[in-house]
Amino acid sequence: MRFRAKIVDLACLNHFSRVIHTIAKLAKTCTLRLTVCKVYFILSDKVANGGASMWCELYQGNFFDEFQMEGVAAEHNEIYLELVPENLSRALKTAQSAKAVKIKLTNKHCPCLRVAVELPSLPSSSRIVTHDIPVGVIPRRIWNDFREPSVPNFDVSIYLPVLKTMKSVVERMKNLSNFIVIEANLSGEMNLKIETDLVSVTTHFKDLKNPPWASEDGCQSSAQGRDLENMAEARIDIKKLQQLLAGQQVNPTKALCNIVSKRIVHFILLHEDVSLQYFIPALA
Amino acid sequence: LSRIGDELYLEPTVTGLSLRAVNSSRSAFASFLFAPLFFQLYEPGGPAPGTERFRCKVHMKSFLGVFRSLPSLEKSVGKCLILLKPRASRLVLQLHCKYGVTKTHNLAFQECEELQAVFDTQRCSSRLCAPARVLAEAVVHFPLTLAEVTLGTGPGGKISLRNYVEDEADPSKTMVTELWLAEDEFQSVAVSPGSCITFCLKEFRGLLTFAEASNLPLTIHFDEPGRPVIFTLDDTVLEVHLVLATLSDLESNSQPPLTNGVSHLPAPSDDFADDLESYMVALETSTCEGGPPSPTFPLRTPQPAQHDPEEEENEEDEEGAVPGTPPHKKFHSLFFGSVLTPGGPGLAPTQQVLAEDSDGEC
Repeated sequence: MRFRAKIVDLACLNHFSRVIHTIAKLAKTCTLRLTVCKVYFILSDKVANGGASMWCELYQGNFFDEFQMEGVAAEHNEIYLELVPENLSRALKTAQSAKAVKIKLTNKHCPCLRVAVELPSLPSSSRIVTHDIPVGVIPRRIWNDFREPSVPNFDVSIYLPVLKTMKSVVERMKNLSNFIVIEANLSGEMNLKIETDLVSVTTHFKDLKNPPWASEDGCQSSAQGRDLENMAEARIDIKKLQQLLAGQQVNPTKALCNIVSKRIVHFILLHEDVSLQYFIPALA
Repeated sequence: LSRIGDELYLEPTVTGLSLRAVNSSRSAFASFLFAPLFFQLYEPGGPAPGTERFRCKVHMKSFLGVFRSLPSLEKSVGKCLILLKPRASRLVLQLHCKYGVTKTHNLAFQECEELQAVFDTQRCSSRLCAPARVLAEAVVHFPLTLAEVTLGTGPGGKISLRNYVEDEADPSKTMVTELWLAEDEFQSVAVSPGSCITFCLKEFRGLLTFAEASNLPLTIHFDEPGRPVIFTLDDTVLEVHLVLATLSDLESNSQPPLTNGVSHLPAPSDDFADDLESYMVALETSTCEGGPPSPTFPLRTPQPAQHDPEEEENEEDEEGAVPGTPPHKKFHSLFFGSVLTPGGPGLAPTQQVLAEDSDGEC
């Protein structure tokens, strides 16, 4: 089982750092899945995470100049690692001006991801900073725990408003309440509501579009039959929503959410080469 | 100085005004000596015959409060007068500002004992000198919350900085960051090979900030672990010393190396793959319900030649072959070909000195 990769292009490095930074905001510990073509960051919906789960995938070719991996076995050419993304984020934070960043899976005393950053210093030499990030190797028998979650049978799917605006609204609401209600309908309207004993605040967003989902035989027919004005709502932990929004440093190409009334909210944030899905369960 | 202690010790001497501080655990001491030339007017006022030189201490916060906003001070203050009034027990700081405004601060002081750390840079076997910028850039890779850092010398004359991981910390959970600086980044290097010391980062960062601001090169004098490390800045009108205690050898020696069922060789580069293979085998088989290991998991025998060219990256792997183990242990095995027996108190007696300290040993 081997893995080594290298990033030389500064833009790719910054892009990758931003992705890691976003992941670090969402999960204290997560699973890194390496395949030949893609890199995944997975957080499965355990109780410890408050029920939230995350699935992020990116095409390695768009980030790495070199990428070699050999999985545990020929038929299972994948590697699953458990790591603390904050460590990786920290290692990359001071690599802004690096000449090259190499990542390698090693096993000195315990399995580690060694991130070696080559920094320019004097014209003749360069400085090398290595960060050994301890990782846990996840045995194959529990790989099934980390399968891609399916898109839930949602009631409403709607594009999110400008994330910056949404973020500042949610941040202010966070000071007032621990829970927030997201409701939206198929007419492009979304409301964010909080309600406490003393105060209730609602922010209305209009003219958002609803993404067209290809209807698989009868699967989404329930959505089509719905009254377009009908709101689907879910009450979720506001901190989780705030973390998701705070972690976004660049505006995604597409940002939408699927609401299963009173069940779960499924956020999908798409960039050119990275996709992030985040599921926040609804609370009573 | 405020990064070190809560009290500012002042001692006017013939050679200049000395400002000092020490921390509560007596593990960090700093002194700034401003030569008379630094001041427009300097009158130390000799001690009365038969009495000791006058020295006092004031609260750091009170003193700092006078100089609170540097930018506005630079704009408005023309002169600053520092006056000691022993009989009134007051230290007077008078700021003469624009438009005829004079701000006078009277700080209460306490007479005190001499504050002097015992150190001798001549006795240190190793010395490094670098522009402050280089060290500041090195230190930026370590988190602000990091308590201690280990400075060491490595192969090829390189100098390393690594975060210090406490013995109690779980090595399989702690991230280790290591930075290597080439010899030519330093203005001078005179170190005993295989030496390394661990000291507190916080006070060092404080000095670095000052050094960077005043554009002065920083000299690091160190010796064996346990003996203090001395950082000095030298200027025509200013002499700065920062003395920090270092972790002694015994403490770092007691950390046992980790074993996790994998063979514990000093892994040459192309064995990395094999280590993980056997690790995976151990992982898969040891936790198996019973019965043979999964038939779809073929056990490959290690064949380094087959694995892709790790050779080209040999030199990089060699450099990286340092972290994780207790620092000095590894350094010794690099230079003296043997592994220190645990519990051994000192370093091997024969240490080559690459270059004589130009000041000469006493």
